[in-house]
Amino acid sequence: MNNDDKRIRLEEVSKTWGGQAAVDRISFDVAPGEFVILLGPSGCGKSTTLRMIAGLEQASDGRIRIGERDVTHLPPGDRGLSMVFQSYALFPHLSVADNIVFGLRSRKVPKAERQERLARVAQLVDLEAYLDRKPAQLSGGQRQRVALARSIISEHPICLMDEPLSNLDARLRGEMRREIKALQQRLGMTVIYVTHDQVEAMSMGDRVILMEAGRIVQDATPDELYNRPATAFAASFIGSPAMNLVTLAAAADGAVIEGEPRCSVASHDAKGHLLGVRPEDITVLPAHASGVPAEVVDAEYLGADSIVRLKVGSQELRARLDGVPSVNQGAACRLQWAPWAAHFFDSGGGQRLALQGYDLSAAPGRLRQTQAAQRSGVTTSPGPSGKHSPGVNP
Amino acid sequence: MVIQNADRRMQIYGALLLLPAAVLLGTFAYLPTVSTLVNSLFLPGFRGSPPEFVGLENYALLIEDRTFWRVARNNLIYALGTIPTSIALALGMALFVNARLPGRGFVRMAYFTPTILPMIAAANIWMFFYAPQIGLFNKILGALGISGVNWLGDPSVALGSVIVMTIWKEAGFFMIFYLAALQSIPPELKEASDLEGTGRWSFFWRVTFPLLMPTTLFVLINALINAVRVVDHLFILTKGGPNNATNLLLYYVYENAFSFFDRTYAATITVVILLVLAVVATVKFTILDRRTHYQ
Repeated sequence: MNNDDKRIRLEEVSKTWGGQAAVDRISFDVAPGEFVILLGPSGCGKSTTLRMIAGLEQASDGRIRIGERDVTHLPPGDRGLSMVFQSYALFPHLSVADNIVFGLRSRKVPKAERQERLARVAQLVDLEAYLDRKPAQLSGGQRQRVALARSIISEHPICLMDEPLSNLDARLRGEMRREIKALQQRLGMTVIYVTHDQVEAMSMGDRVILMEAGRIVQDATPDELYNRPATAFAASFIGSPAMNLVTLAAAADGAVIEGEPRCSVASHDAKGHLLGVRPEDITVLPAHASGVPAEVVDAEYLGADSIVRLKVGSQELRARLDGVPSVNQGAACRLQWAPWAAHFFDSGGGQRLALQGYDLSAAPGRLRQTQAAQRSGVTTSPGPSGKHSPGVNP
Repeated sequence: MVIQNADRRMQIYGALLLLPAAVLLGTFAYLPTVSTLVNSLFLPGFRGSPPEFVGLENYALLIEDRTFWRVARNNLIYALGTIPTSIALALGMALFVNARLPGRGFVRMAYFTPTILPMIAAANIWMFFYAPQIGLFNKILGALGISGVNWLGDPSVALGSVIVMTIWKEAGFFMIFYLAALQSIPPELKEASDLEGTGRWSFFWRVTFPLLMPTTLFVLINALINAVRVVDHLFILTKGGPNNATNLLLYYVYENAFSFFDRTYAATITVVILLVLAVVATVKFTILDRRTHYQ
C-alpha cells in the first residue's frame, strides 16, 4: 500500500451552521503513521472536524486531501478510512463476528478471505472466545474491542476515533489507552483521535491539536503543549490541577501579583498581563525565606501528593506538594518558582508573551530576606523536573 | 406454625392485590368466552321454551353451511389483501417521513389522518368515492373517457373495493409504530455502514429491517386481529352484499345473532373464529419470535 494514502491535509476547512461557524478555517497536516489528537472542551468543533474528514459532515468551505486525492466531496465509503464511534455503533442484532466483517461483506470480499481476516483480527484484539455473542452480552471493554476490530479489519490506512474511551471506567480506560497506542504502532496506522481528556491526549498523541471555539489554539507535541503553552487557554487546559493564572499589577521595581506589592515577579513589561505558574513548579517556603508572601487557605491530600490553596494578595494559587501537607490553615509562607516556570500571557488575547520572570530566590524585592535559617512550619519538595535546570530549593 | 401463618397471609395479600384485575378479566373476557362455548352446544328455544342441548350439531351445520365457507373465504382474501399491503405501505411511508424532507411534520400528519377518523366516518367518505354515478372515481374515469365500474355493487369488484379502503385506513396507524421504531435506531449505525460503503438497499435489509422485526411482529398480530375484528365499514359500504361477496366472519356473526336471531349459531361461528385466531397468533409468535432480535 502506498504510504502516501495515509497523509491527511486540511486546508482552510470551515463548517458553518446557520451563519455560526462551528469550525473556522482550520488547516493542519497529518503525516503517515502519526497519532494526532484533537483536543478541546465540548463544543470546540473537534468532533465536527473529525466528521468532516470522515465525510459524515460536508465541509462548508476549504479542501480536505487524503494522499494525493481531494476527498472534500467524496462519500465516506470512498475515502479509504475507518472510524471508531463514541457509542461504538455496533449492530445489536448481529454477532460479534458479523459485526466485525460487516464492512467486508459490503465490499464483497470473498468468504474465505473474510474468515481468514476475521481470525487474524480477533486474535489481535483478543476476542476469539466471543465471536458468537451478541454485543449486548459483552462488557464495555469488549464492545470497545469489537469496534476496534471492525475498523482494523478494513485494513484502511487511516483510522478516526471519536472519544472511543469515554464510556469506559477509569481503570479500563488506562488499559485501552495503552492497547490502542500499541495497536496503532504495530499496524502503522495514521490515527486522528478526538478527546476532551488531557490525560489521553498527553499519553497517546505524537502531536496534539488543541482547539477552542472552532479554531486551532496550538498544534504541538505534548511536551511543548505542557512546557510552552501558546495561550492562556492552552495553559489552563493542560495540567491537573490547571496552571495558575494571576493578574499582574505595576509596582516600583517591576510587575507584582495584584494585591501583593511587596515582591515583584517580573519586569515592568509584564504589568497588566497574566502570569502563569504550574502548581507543580511552585515551592512553598517558610515565612522568613525570600519569595512571594502568601497565606495557606487549605490543603487537599491526594495520596502521592497534595494540593495546597494559597492566597497571594487578591489572587489565589494552587501548589502541588509531595506527600502529606504539613501546612496549617492561615499560616504565612513564601512562594518561589524558577524563572523558566513563569509563563506570561497577554491580558487581552491570551497570547504568550516573550517575557522572563525574576529569580525569586534572589529577587531584588523590598522585602527580600537573607536569613538562611529554617525553622520550618512547612515542608517542601523539589518541584520541577525535566530538561530545565531546577529552580531554587532550600 | 407462625412462619406458615405469615406465609399464608402473604399469599392472601398477593391474591387480594390480583383480585380487581382478575374480576375484570373474568367478567368481561373469560366468562363471555365460556358462555359462548356453552351456547354453541344448544339450539335456541322458541316461544319461551328452554334452549335444547344438541351437542356438536351446530358445528355439523356449520361445516355444511355454504354461506359460512364463502364468508370464511372472503375473510381469508380480505386478510391476505390487507395485511401485507398495509404493512409494506406503512413501512414505506415511515421510511419516507423519517428522512429529512421539507414539511415532514405535515406529511406525517397527513399519513396519520385516516387513523384518527372513526371507521364509520372513513367508510362514509369512501362511499362518495365509490358511488356509481356521482362518485369521485367514476367521475375521473368518465373524464378520461372510460366507463365507470360499480365499485360496491359488482360482486367481482366489491371485496377489492373494501380491501382498498381498509388499507387506506390501516397503513397510517401501522406507520406510527414503524416511525417510532425507526427513530430508536441510533444514527451512528447508518454512519458506520456508510463508512464501509454499504449501499442504502443493503443497509435496509441487513440492519434496518432486522431491527424493525419486533415492530413487524407486533403490527402483524394487530393487523390479523383487525382483519377479523373490524367490520364497521361493512355497515356503511355494502352490508355484506352483493350476494355475500363482501361478507366477513364477524359481520356474519352479527347477521346471525341480530338479523336471523340464531344466537347459538352465532356463538358457534364465534368459537371457530377464536380458535383460528389463537392458532395463528401462536404460530406467528413461536416462529417469528425465534428470529426476532429484541433490544
